[in-house]
Amino acid sequence: MARAHTPGRTLVVFFLGLALSYGLVALAGQWTPKLGLDLQGGTRITLVAEGKPDAAQLEEARKIIESRVNGSGVAEAEVAVQGNQYVVVEIPGESRRDLVETVKRQAQLRFRVVAQVADGVAGATGSQSGSPVPGTGSLPGTVTESQAPTNPSESPSPGTKKQKSSKQRAPLAWAADETGSESPTPSPSPSPSPSPSDAPSQDGQDPLQWMNNPDAKSLQAFQKFACPAPGEAPDVVDDPDKPLVTCDENGLKYLLSESMIEGTQLSSASTRPPDQQSVEWGVDLKFDGEGTKEFARISRALYNTDKQFAIVLDGQVISAPTMNGIITDGRAQITGEFTEAEANSLATSLDFGALPISFQPDPQVELVGPSLAGNQLSAGITAGAIGLGLVMLYCLLYYRGLGLVVIASLLVAAALTYALVVLLSKGAGFTLSLPGIAGLIVAVGITADSFVVFFERIRDEMREGKSMKVAVESGWVRARNTCLAADAVSLLAALVLYIFAVGVVKGFAFALGLSTLIDLVVFFWFTKPMVSWLARFHLFSSGHPLSGLSRDALGVRDTTPEKLPAGGVA
Amino acid sequence: MGAFSRLGNDLYTGRRSIDFVGRRWLWYATSALIVAVAVLGMTTKGFNMGIEFTGGAEYRVTLPASQVNQDTADEVRQAVAGTGVEGATSPVVTTSGEEAILVQTEPLNDHESKEVVDALLATTGASAGDISQTEIGPSWGREVAERSLIGLAVFLVLVVLFIWAYFREWKMSVAAMVALAHDVLITVGVYALSGFEVTPATVTGVLTILGFSLYDTVVVFDKVRENTAELRKTKMTYAESANLAVNQTLVRSINTSLVALIPVAAILYVGAVQLGSGSLKDLALALFVGMAAGAYSSIFIATPLLVHMKQNEPDIALTERRAAARRREAAADRYAHVGGARADATPPPDPRTGATPRPPKAPVAPPRKPEAVGKGRVVPKAHAPLQKSGAAGRVQPVRKPRSQRGKKK
Repeated sequence: MARAHTPGRTLVVFFLGLALSYGLVALAGQWTPKLGLDLQGGTRITLVAEGKPDAAQLEEARKIIESRVNGSGVAEAEVAVQGNQYVVVEIPGESRRDLVETVKRQAQLRFRVVAQVADGVAGATGSQSGSPVPGTGSLPGTVTESQAPTNPSESPSPGTKKQKSSKQRAPLAWAADETGSESPTPSPSPSPSPSPSDAPSQDGQDPLQWMNNPDAKSLQAFQKFACPAPGEAPDVVDDPDKPLVTCDENGLKYLLSESMIEGTQLSSASTRPPDQQSVEWGVDLKFDGEGTKEFARISRALYNTDKQFAIVLDGQVISAPTMNGIITDGRAQITGEFTEAEANSLATSLDFGALPISFQPDPQVELVGPSLAGNQLSAGITAGAIGLGLVMLYCLLYYRGLGLVVIASLLVAAALTYALVVLLSKGAGFTLSLPGIAGLIVAVGITADSFVVFFERIRDEMREGKSMKVAVESGWVRARNTCLAADAVSLLAALVLYIFAVGVVKGFAFALGLSTLIDLVVFFWFTKPMVSWLARFHLFSSGHPLSGLSRDALGVRDTTPEKLPAGGVA
Repeated sequence: MGAFSRLGNDLYTGRRSIDFVGRRWLWYATSALIVAVAVLGMTTKGFNMGIEFTGGAEYRVTLPASQVNQDTADEVRQAVAGTGVEGATSPVVTTSGEEAILVQTEPLNDHESKEVVDALLATTGASAGDISQTEIGPSWGREVAERSLIGLAVFLVLVVLFIWAYFREWKMSVAAMVALAHDVLITVGVYALSGFEVTPATVTGVLTILGFSLYDTVVVFDKVRENTAELRKTKMTYAESANLAVNQTLVRSINTSLVALIPVAAILYVGAVQLGSGSLKDLALALFVGMAAGAYSSIFIATPLLVHMKQNEPDIALTERRAAARRREAAADRYAHVGGARADATPPPDPRTGATPRPPKAPVAPPRKPEAVGKGRVVPKAHAPLQKSGAAGRVQPVRKPRSQRGKKK
């Protein structure tokens, strides 16, 4: 216990440390902590992955979502993986409800070949008011080799082929249309939809043969199926190993083969501006090795027929072009009467569409308006001020002179906490949220608790007749263990909370843990040396009434009148 | 404060003592009653789960205080129901705190949500920045609940390990765990009975209580352990010294609990009054109830229970018997232990009258058992188990030849 003899030196070192932390804050050049969304307003979307994805898949999904969000023109959006199944998108400062659709879009992209096409809206006409009716003219789309075609006659000619490509579906509109009025949220289909159980199996038949001669069960399902109202996504189960009956946005229904190429086999998709080869906007596709082989096979089978293949995104046909050539190099181009925005949108969907995992369909969405954020910030600060003030007042009244030590310790702890919060928000990306502030305030109690335990110990020791100097040292030894045990428990609680809590509650746990550590630092290297140092002064060691350690304050009576009233004389 | 201090001193020295341990059946009964009511509330009334658990959409409109009243809430309810949106036909509209109106509906999609927001804006005249929305799917709530339960289980296991490692005694661990369960049950019961909304913040609060409740118990048990370590020297029974420990830490317990409760009360006040419902209020309420229950249980439940369990240990039972014997002896002969004052001593004659005063009527001690007279190898019955002599620990002087003195071995 060399430290006990040099309280002054410990104090100096402690204050140097404090000054150092503020020096770092000054170096960082940021004097306020980063506020959480609930304190500055903004949008938070939390996606929950289905099943148990591994870290690499989550990270990939995170990147895709991030590029989607950034692609929609939002500055400073943060997309983070939390725990082992959450992806959290935070957009500070802005209420962007429309982004929810962009983010939560499942976007599982598959290429299938089309067996049959029919008008699917007969049963369900667009009766729902308010839902926008998509463009009526069917947009042709063709797939050509992206290299210069050898034969000019093979160049795409709109309207010449019997293609049923759709305009892109609603969620694709995000890049161009920020109002995002359409909703692709799966809603109950008005018609019986094929479920995986009754979806027919192809019995291992090659999809390209099956395409020309679909089995009866599939045909039956196809006959029964009716598309939902235009603008709504069909409610189907997109199982890659089974044929699929679904619709495009114009109410055409398709009987599709099992999945031939997965979205993950598409290595890139980009917009192609009009040039000498084609006067329209198009989308360039590039497949990876596997995809290239498969696509070559499809193109051989489909070339010079009126058969189509379909690009299916989340169970909805987004495009069903025919083949204009045999494509063996894995580079294809989709053309049609695309506007620039439409082409962009399709390209982004294709490029970013392929999420490696699927998320639960109902993400948690929080939008915090700036008014509420302001209120919450001021409420948090008010609560902190009231709490801190009352604790200080209580300690001052009860402990008098020693109360000053409590106040100084609390102030020092507050200063240290602030410095660390600022540094952590700069360095480790910690954001101060409302639960975080609550954690810090609750921690005021924990911090003050250790002082109470210490001081009560000192008083107990003095009641046994020890002098203050001795009482401080022997009280310290005993109080120290109690405090270590108690702080270990609250640290344990904070740690468990941090690991198992979801979302904003993590902020509470972090703040609680941080303040507990700070409590220990302040308690060991500030409060204890401070009290030891004060014990040298006559005011304290003599038991002056103001010191809080007088015989009266301790309640020690020199004479022991047994008949004193129960409460004694105040 | 003086009176409180004096009380503290009296409690410390044992001059005044509140019999926490002796009246344990009273405390057990009180707690059993409270817990029974809590459990009854849980089973019959159930919980008012927040939308984080049930799924749904919540809109919070921040308005000037003058506008936040029941009339506005009614208007808003009609307006939202009038939108014709399917999930919002019967919205729950309440005022929340001084400056907000809260609208809860079933989960809505983007388009429907926009309609509701438009209706809200039109009715209240607020701007878009005044509206906050939370939308939560039911699966999210299940997720949160599941993880909270896992967290609770892991924490309990860790806590059991911690207590066991710290106290090195399973009986203390059990007592602390019972106190813990007591606090959590009461807190949860308060939620069930009062119908306050249960949100993830509440669950966090409950998990935090576990830590705090333990904190109190650690402080009290520390003192119990300290006091009972030297039972033989103090000539007290385990129950007595445990009770003294509780009395000695009473002032400290009250102080630490108050100091911990003050900030929580501040959060509760601000959260409930300024913000209305919200994570701040939920967290603070759970903490407040739990901490108060924790302070109570560590004094009234944990310690008596510990003593209760320890009573049957042979060591403890022995000290108890010895203390009882000592008490009987003392009751029989109050001056038995006063040196020099023997009951049969004849007082000196009064110098003035010369008369010999009549000896006072001495209390009669119960007949003593026949003792060994000292002949032969009759070992007297031990009054107490044999202890090491006080000198055993010290280095004793050894007689050595001069040449070897001052050398080690």
